[in-house]
Amino acid sequence: MNHVTAALRTAKARLVVIGNGMAGMRTVEEILNRAPDKYDITVFGAEPRVNYNRIMLSPLLSGEKDFDEIVINTPEWYTENNIHLYSGDPVIKIDRDRKVVISKSGTETEYDQLLLATGSDPIIIPVPGHKLDGVVTFRDVDDVDTMLGAAAKGGPAVVIGGGLLGLEAAVGLQSRGMDVTVLHLAGHVMERQLDPSAGYLLAQELERRGITVITEADTAEIVGNEHVTGVRLKDGRMIPADLVVMAVGIRPNGRLAADAGVAVERGIVVDDVMTTSDPAIFAVGECVQHRGQCYGLVAPLFEMAKSLADHMAEIDTDGYTGSITSTKLKVTGVDVFSAGDFSGGGETEEIVFRDAGRGVYKRIVLEDGKIKGAVLYGDTSDGGWYFQLMKDGEDVTELRDTLAFGQAFAGGSSGNPLDAVAALPDDAEICGCNGVCKGSIVAAINEKSLTTLDEVKGHTKASASCGSCSGLVENLLAATLGGDYQAATVKPICTCTDHDHDSVRRLIIAKNLKSMPAVMQELEWKSSDGCHVCRPALNYYLLAAWPGEYVDHGASRFINERVHANIQKDGTYSVIPRMWGGLTNPRELRAIADVADKFEIPTVKVTGGQRIDLLGVKKEDLPAVWADLNAAGMVSGHAYGKSLRTVKSCVGQEWCRFGTQMSMGMAVELEKMTWGSWMPHKFKMAVSGCPRNCAEATIKDFGVVATDGGWDLHVGGNGGIHVRATDLLCKVTTDDEVKEYCGAFIQLYREEARYLERTAPWIERVGLKHVQERVVDDEANRKALFERFMISQKTAQIDPWAERASEGVDAHEFTPLSMVAAE
Amino acid sequence: MSNTLTWVEVGPAANIPQQGARTLQTETDRIAIFRTLDDQIFALLDRCPHKQGPLAQGIVHGHFVTCPLHNMVFSLETGEAQGPDDGCAAKVECQVIDGIVRVGLTELQAGLRHAG
Repeated sequence: MNHVTAALRTAKARLVVIGNGMAGMRTVEEILNRAPDKYDITVFGAEPRVNYNRIMLSPLLSGEKDFDEIVINTPEWYTENNIHLYSGDPVIKIDRDRKVVISKSGTETEYDQLLLATGSDPIIIPVPGHKLDGVVTFRDVDDVDTMLGAAAKGGPAVVIGGGLLGLEAAVGLQSRGMDVTVLHLAGHVMERQLDPSAGYLLAQELERRGITVITEADTAEIVGNEHVTGVRLKDGRMIPADLVVMAVGIRPNGRLAADAGVAVERGIVVDDVMTTSDPAIFAVGECVQHRGQCYGLVAPLFEMAKSLADHMAEIDTDGYTGSITSTKLKVTGVDVFSAGDFSGGGETEEIVFRDAGRGVYKRIVLEDGKIKGAVLYGDTSDGGWYFQLMKDGEDVTELRDTLAFGQAFAGGSSGNPLDAVAALPDDAEICGCNGVCKGSIVAAINEKSLTTLDEVKGHTKASASCGSCSGLVENLLAATLGGDYQAATVKPICTCTDHDHDSVRRLIIAKNLKSMPAVMQELEWKSSDGCHVCRPALNYYLLAAWPGEYVDHGASRFINERVHANIQKDGTYSVIPRMWGGLTNPRELRAIADVADKFEIPTVKVTGGQRIDLLGVKKEDLPAVWADLNAAGMVSGHAYGKSLRTVKSCVGQEWCRFGTQMSMGMAVELEKMTWGSWMPHKFKMAVSGCPRNCAEATIKDFGVVATDGGWDLHVGGNGGIHVRATDLLCKVTTDDEVKEYCGAFIQLYREEARYLERTAPWIERVGLKHVQERVVDDEANRKALFERFMISQKTAQIDPWAERASEGVDAHEFTPLSMVAAE
Repeated sequence: MSNTLTWVEVGPAANIPQQGARTLQTETDRIAIFRTLDDQIFALLDRCPHKQGPLAQGIVHGHFVTCPLHNMVFSLETGEAQGPDDGCAAKVECQVIDGIVRVGLTELQAGLRHAG
């Protein structure tokens, strides 16, 4: 008996694997690990090469890797493991009756067990022209070779499909010097992996890299005679292309199986141990359909391979129970992660965290206290942690308060902020501005017996810059000192709330609050609709946080900003049209004179900001006054707003014999760029054409002083009660730099200062260094700030006077009620 | 008192913006008619007792209005100044019937305009 068993063991079962890809070879490896001598293995591969890591095609295309680096198993590996490899010789038929596979070259190979790992095929949309030269898919090394050949010549390329693979192809081609347009049918890119917000951020990043993304783009035709010349969309748009990459998806390849009569639906149907309808035939990878699911990602393939290997090595196994998948985009410098079901809705709740400054977006979808899905953009370091919590089905209710901040913040059992800081590792950075970690702060508190926030600031510099971490530092003090610490109370915005300005700003973004009622509800406002102190602040914070999205709430603005004129002590208004850079002309002056006559405006005064003020206008007359000024080409000067006021100038090199730069021209450009932007407080600028500084630029919020070789940029000046001369931010040489630094500085002020805080006290509070680090030293951050400023300007530069004079906006403001009936 | 008032209609409450106000000119002065977030209608003389600021131009919050000139806060229910400030804005009677706002004017306020 024993003898017979031994004899059977030596006669190895013959395993034939169809498919030399990742799923097939991973399964073979797993089998070899478990039972190295159990099978006599033969592998057929359609591609004429060894097995390689298909998910590394993107780095291969971009040039970050070469083919040798993406090879998984070398020819030696096949030899060492006694595997017969037929590469470039695909199997064309399975004869189940004779248990034989027949290859293209005519080889017949017998099997005891057959493993199908035939993968998937790229979907080709059958539009006219899809067979033209220059139309490729992105599936194997041959495709990459074709793409590289096209890229070597440069020129335009079109990628059809803005999914994972399509975007990787686009970035790869773009890095190879092609001018790439991505056409995507859905409303945002990677819509299966990302929600609209993350999709938006990703599209922005791609556009920033020079890739054009067209969403809702439905391809009608690929145009060309023999070789492709372009792609025409159904809306008629024509996009030129020397190369078209189709990356619209994959379809499980079940042809061989179906031809052999094995059950195939969308994919080859398998059970939990990867067995097909024929017990001698197994299948793994993208070709299978398991519990109704087909997978196109690598993690499930590996899980299938393990289950099948257990089964084939006769190791007790629970089998494969399906995969919860996660995705990462393999594009250098772009961190995108998604996992699970993040569609939201139903009984789900969501936690959203945004940090516009860092370009970070995190959204975690919860159901019954468990993570159901997650989308991360910009900072994906906690993706694995969320994914694990999700796979484990862990109840995260107690982590909820700090969940968005990631694993480093978790571990406290109650969600109490003190526990959260106590659980932080010593090397967790508390103060990002000064790079101070928890360990240093705790050590300082203990060794130097510090008991107040100011002492910690003094000794460690933590929270000494922007101050946004002062809450954390206070928690650390409390956690370290226990009951001995009395927290300095933060100063709430007003009696309607316990929150201070900084907290409210951060919570608006962290909690994705987009309306006044949402803020008041979620931040537990103590009054029904706030007051004259908090409402204008909230309106500004919402406007600054969600440009283009938040709808301005007129009832929460001070009267001047509501009616776009300055209320005077007698209830009349003053009107100041914009005079770009302090320049005017006879036509404007005539129009102003005519308006003053026509509406019997009692006082006409030249302002300190180099423009003309019409004082004593009756409220009802405002729209008509504006209409006349608009007709002469003038727009609101925003002399009434927490916004860009004036850009004062001297006559500069245009006229002055001392001038070293064109100060009037610069002033006009700066004013054209910045007008209309809402700010925490009023914002004044000036441009002087030489260091004599006749425009008094050194008491402005942003002052520009020309030098021989360029411009000195000054910030934080103020000519009010407390006169403050500016600090020198930096020196620049070109006009474009002046504009970029100006926009970036304004945006930093818009994002960080508290409502009604001028730049002078703001800079006193956060320190010039803090501003310089963000605007001067960190070029990427400066450009990002500038870009955000310009984005918000897109929806800000609408003349409020024109809207009210000719479009009837807020008409109720300018017409009193009348008695319609009396008894 | 009520028998001395003359009630006039000034149109639908919906014509007054929520958390806002509009004015009504009478023979003698101007009345500010407010609509709060909870859709209640109140009226005060449009004249702050401090420096005659136009209360109708102020920010309306809860059942209060903040004068646009110097931020004094007045109760719309009583007209009384809130907090440390003293003073009282003159209350004007008003009511809403079938969505139409009616304001009670004194004989002086109603004056010739009513007659004419």
